[in-house]
Amino acid sequence: MSEVPRSAETTAAGVRKPTLELLTAARALGEPAAVVFGDASDQVVAQLAEYGATKVYAVGSPDMQAFLSLPKAEAVVQIAQASNPVAILVTSGPEGKDVAARVAVRLNAGIIPDATKVSVDGGTVSAVQTVFAGRFQATSQVLRAPAVVTMRPNATSAEAAPASASASSRSMWPSATQPGCQGRLPRAQGLQRGPNSPMPRWSSPGAVASARKMASASSRKTADALGAAVGASRTVTDQHWAPHELQVGQTGKTVALVYLAAGISGAIQHRAGMQSSKTIVVVNKDAKAPLFQIADFGVVGDLHAVLPASSTRSPGAGADRPDALTPPEH
Amino acid sequence: MKIVVLVKYVPEPTATWKFAPDLTVDRAGVEGRLSELDEYAVEQATRLAESGAADEVVFLTVGPAKATEGLRKALAIGGTSAVHVVDDAIHGSCALGTSLVLAKALEKIGYDLVLTGMASTDAELSVVPSMVADRLGANQATFAGELSVDGSTVSIRRDTDVASERVSVSLPAVVSVTDQTGEARYPAFKAIMGAKKKPIQTMSLADLGVDAAQVGWSGASSKVVDVSPTPARTAGTIVNDDGTGAAQLADFLAGRGFI
Ligand SMILES: Cc1cc2nc3c(=O)[nH]c(=O)nc-3n(C[C@H](O)[C@H](O)[C@H](O)COP(=O)(O)OP(=O)(O)OC[C@H]3O[C@@H](n4cnc5c(N)ncnc54)[C@H](O)[C@@H]3O)c2cc1C
Ligand SMILES: Nc1ncnc2c1ncn2[C@@H]1O[C@H](COP(=O)(O)O)[C@@H](O)[C@H]1O
Repeated sequence: MSEVPRSAETTAAGVRKPTLELLTAARALGEPAAVVFGDASDQVVAQLAEYGATKVYAVGSPDMQAFLSLPKAEAVVQIAQASNPVAILVTSGPEGKDVAARVAVRLNAGIIPDATKVSVDGGTVSAVQTVFAGRFQATSQVLRAPAVVTMRPNATSAEAAPASASASSRSMWPSATQPGCQGRLPRAQGLQRGPNSPMPRWSSPGAVASARKMASASSRKTADALGAAVGASRTVTDQHWAPHELQVGQTGKTVALVYLAAGISGAIQHRAGMQSSKTIVVVNKDAKAPLFQIADFGVVGDLHAVLPASSTRSPGAGADRPDALTPPEH
Repeated sequence: MKIVVLVKYVPEPTATWKFAPDLTVDRAGVEGRLSELDEYAVEQATRLAESGAADEVVFLTVGPAKATEGLRKALAIGGTSAVHVVDDAIHGSCALGTSLVLAKALEKIGYDLVLTGMASTDAELSVVPSMVADRLGANQATFAGELSVDGSTVSIRRDTDVASERVSVSLPAVVSVTDQTGEARYPAFKAIMGAKKKPIQTMSLADLGVDAAQVGWSGASSKVVDVSPTPARTAGTIVNDDGTGAAQLADFLAGRGFI
């Protein structure tokens, strides 16, 4: 690395695990500052500092959540204009995408969505994306700084900074009269929020997915044994056997660490969400199911027979559970 | 209410994809289609027209000459007319360039509601809708799993990682819809024939007053420097369940330290 960038911004909605992953990735680019939408309590600031943030911007108003993405994006733009960062990292997700897209337009800056890796060389930021339903890895260089990068959750690990710093915190909120706000700070007229399911658990890097309704109880048991989440194919979510947020695939979630598929054929759109998982295990009664081609271990058999007993190992077999498989957050 | 639906012509997902020397997708060498994820937006617009909420539905695409095929498919599902922005200078555009062209075209066409897919099935960025909204100064509601319009208010349900939200915003607005909104209908033969008579207007960058230097290669804010196939996974051990399948699976998981 020939030149050390001045700073990297990180936007974050509270300190969820993906945020800590962002800070970890940002440390490799420069000196990270964190942007929090909402209140930054002392505890939040301390945790952000532990992961390397030296500055925390609390962007908020008491009814923060009702605002659409424009004021959030405008706040990030103002911070970027004042601090001239090499990169702005945001967690991929509905709100992250909305904010990042607007920030890129306003700064006329290069944007790389859904990156799995980010690096800097001589002041130029590059990032790797998985494209075309997971079949190719594309590396892109940002030609107009700052690089606006949205990072896939679970693609990188969160590690505390070697030397924990203390961060100073500062509050801000754009005003409607500023030129970037077009005379308004739009909010949702009706906004209702509710938990989307009793157990979304998508901070978990692993999943046990099943296509069959009957299998859900065994899936959950196996998932619990693995410390993983329960997933599903679109066949299952379309039939409302499981809520949509459990869907794995191109229009669902991505699984990073261990994936056990029971009764799932392996359509290309489903593979998009799991083929980069470090370990893939497949149970299917059809030996020709395409998913077997990418399985590290596969059992040709009936999932109703295989799944219930799959988490009970024979005496003496196996090693200790690795730290990487941390229990789910929720 | 006038709806404009943004539809993209993309390579067929199951085809063998090739890349041109400039690392863009070789769209001429791969069979194309209307992006499956945009069909959901086409279907929603068609339903809003059928319910009387919309009186005009226009499809808009920015793409090569062949992209007309995607517009014909959309017109077979519904809609009144289509606009195709085609210009050699657009080749190589990044999302910023594409969103600029789309926004200029939307200003020219006029709109109350802009519907889009949640992501294009090739680039899979999910950023063009918000970029267009920002450029237009319109409200935005993205990743709608359900959608309804009441007077000048559009309401959606969307699932974030932590919550399910119901959001209402006033028109004009840009709304992207997910594959939860309902499959697009399969057009009947008569509808396919009827689509051939619906007007498609072509526009160039000059027609839109867009400076060619702002789009395509010259205006790109990022460039792809490498594309490589995801390393093929070597198939591992596959066993037939002769009654010991579960135990062998458990031993494999234990061997990797998972249980
Ligand atoms: C634009 C688009 C986006 C999409 N996005 C997604 C996505 O995000 N996620 C997704 O999953 N799909 C997605 N799909 C759908 C995808 O193409 C497939 O239709 C879907 O993944 C198939 O699900 P499945 O494998 O569960 O079902 P099926 O194809 O019906 O396969 C069922 C499998 O279960 C096996 N089986 C049945 N019973 C048993 C048993 N008792 N024991 C063992 N094995 C059994 C069968 O052998 C078979 O292999 C998308 C499609 C499109 C067009
Ligand atoms: N070239 C294009 N022409 C028309 N619509 C587009 C184009 N590119 C993107 N879109 C729209 O924007 C949505 C999201 O695209 P993307 O941000 O590329 O994933 C797509 O589903 C389309 O509705």
